[in-house]
Amino acid sequence: MFDVKKHSATILSLPFAVVIFTFFIVPLCLVVMVSFWDYNSYSIIPDFIFTNYQDIFYGCVKSLPDLCTSFATYFSSLKFVFITWLITLLTGFLVALFLSFCVSSLQMQIVLFLLCTIPFWTSNVIRMISWIPLLGRNGLVNSTMQNIGLTDAPAEWLLYSEFSVILAFVHLYTLFMVVPIFNSMMRIDRSLIEAAHDAGASSFQTLTNIIIPLSRPGIIIGSIFVITIVMGDFITIGVMGGQQIPSVGKIINVEMTYLQFPAAAANAVILIITTLMIIFAMTKLVDIRKEL
Amino acid sequence: MFGRGFKLSLGIFFTLFILFLYGPTISILVLSFQGPNGGLTFPMRGFSTFWFESLFDGVGVIDIWGAFGRSIRLGLVVMVLTVVLSLMAGMAFRKRFPLSGFLFYATISSLIVPSIVISLGVALEFRIIDDAVKAIGGDMNVQWVIDDFRTTMGLFSSGLGAQLTWTLPFGLLIMFAVFNRFDPSYEEAARDLGAGPWQTFREAVLPIIAPSLIGVALFGFTLSYDELARSSQAIGGLNTLPLELRGLTTTVTDPTIYALGTLTTAVSFLAISIFLILFTLLRRRTAKAPRPESSAP
Repeated sequence: MFDVKKHSATILSLPFAVVIFTFFIVPLCLVVMVSFWDYNSYSIIPDFIFTNYQDIFYGCVKSLPDLCTSFATYFSSLKFVFITWLITLLTGFLVALFLSFCVSSLQMQIVLFLLCTIPFWTSNVIRMISWIPLLGRNGLVNSTMQNIGLTDAPAEWLLYSEFSVILAFVHLYTLFMVVPIFNSMMRIDRSLIEAAHDAGASSFQTLTNIIIPLSRPGIIIGSIFVITIVMGDFITIGVMGGQQIPSVGKIINVEMTYLQFPAAAANAVILIITTLMIIFAMTKLVDIRKEL
Repeated sequence: MFGRGFKLSLGIFFTLFILFLYGPTISILVLSFQGPNGGLTFPMRGFSTFWFESLFDGVGVIDIWGAFGRSIRLGLVVMVLTVVLSLMAGMAFRKRFPLSGFLFYATISSLIVPSIVISLGVALEFRIIDDAVKAIGGDMNVQWVIDDFRTTMGLFSSGLGAQLTWTLPFGLLIMFAVFNRFDPSYEEAARDLGAGPWQTFREAVLPIIAPSLIGVALFGFTLSYDELARSSQAIGGLNTLPLELRGLTTTVTDPTIYALGTLTTAVSFLAISIFLILFTLLRRRTAKAPRPESSAP
């Protein structure tokens, strides 16, 4: 007979597993499958062809060293990833450092931590457009700069530019660095730091020899989050780039509106492979499950 | 351990960071009360609720209030499912079960796979289901399929599923954090006193982890209410509020959009406050409850 008690864990996990299977694993497999399908202007046709992949990189090798559209798009995404990663890592690290080592009462730590977290629970689109009154042509920054005589004409690069895209990324996603790094730092045994101090280490030495190595898991988890989110983003780049800056997500989005699902799927597969390569390199360095 | 100067500069950095986080949002909150002749930027030309009134009259052809209602309803459904499913799965993961490692990594991947890919996959899935329903319905001459069937995609099918791939991983991660710190001796005590599995769960486990479940609920509701990327291709014919909002960023050029921003931010803040108050109340109750050792004579 089927023993309910013995299989209780399996039964408990079942609803969760069904949702993940239906809405994550199956769709992911479908994306891979359909990327080999054929299509015409009104339907998708089961097949096994490589045309969709060839189309993405059509002429890319021949035109080197000039970048074809696909290479240029990936290059642009990678540039955003790298710059955003660098800034969020530095900011997130310093914020976490302040929270865990400069705030003495737990109560205060929780309050300040929540203060950092609350924007995460509000609308991203609103947080993006909230830069318009500050960075726009007649925005606060431009009018201030003109008033104090720093510039004559309004600076155009402030909004709907690569600058504003990166600013929005940092604004939206630094939290993904703060939380895991803070979590790692809170686990650092304070007596280690006292020992370092007693042994005559300077603050800088404590930082580089104790705090940074022991925060590594948090740094890696945060980095994975930021890198993958920025890599697959098309909404922030769309809104903050004034719909002028290309992104892989945008290409997929446009192809879907033209019902070119197989082409979109092929792009999605390339995007996943690129992201997975980055994550794989990082998960090799840390076991996420032990860090919670 | 750090010098005073270093601590002070970190404090200043933190303050600037908070200013950076909240400053822009505060500026649109202020600008949404712009006078009728005011524009999208400072200075304020008077102070009025003009743009809120214009919002209540409707924004162009878009049914904002319909979208608002849909977002709230979907958010509540996602919240309930996230809490229940994550709690069950969290309990399951305390033991070993077949494929538990696979399920864990699949869940983590669901968090990190680019949202547009998941949205595309879910859209494809429902498109293939639609095609199958139409083909089968046509073959078997099912009248309603031939006449009325359009799509299985919708707010509470594909939209709900796409959002759950985003909220469930957060729910499970919180449950892991909770059960990693959970002291199993409370359960053992309940069992020793003769409680069955259900009674142990209800009277020993649930009261202790209740505050954390409020946290899961907070993630479930607010992340769904503001979710954009995963639902973008998978929501069906009727949009949620964030999707309408994204469309409005390119078409609306007056402070109505700030009024709408203020409104949705107010809803988010209301939700956050309710959850935080509930969390504190539950925590206090748990803290006050007599501990096993103190109840001994």
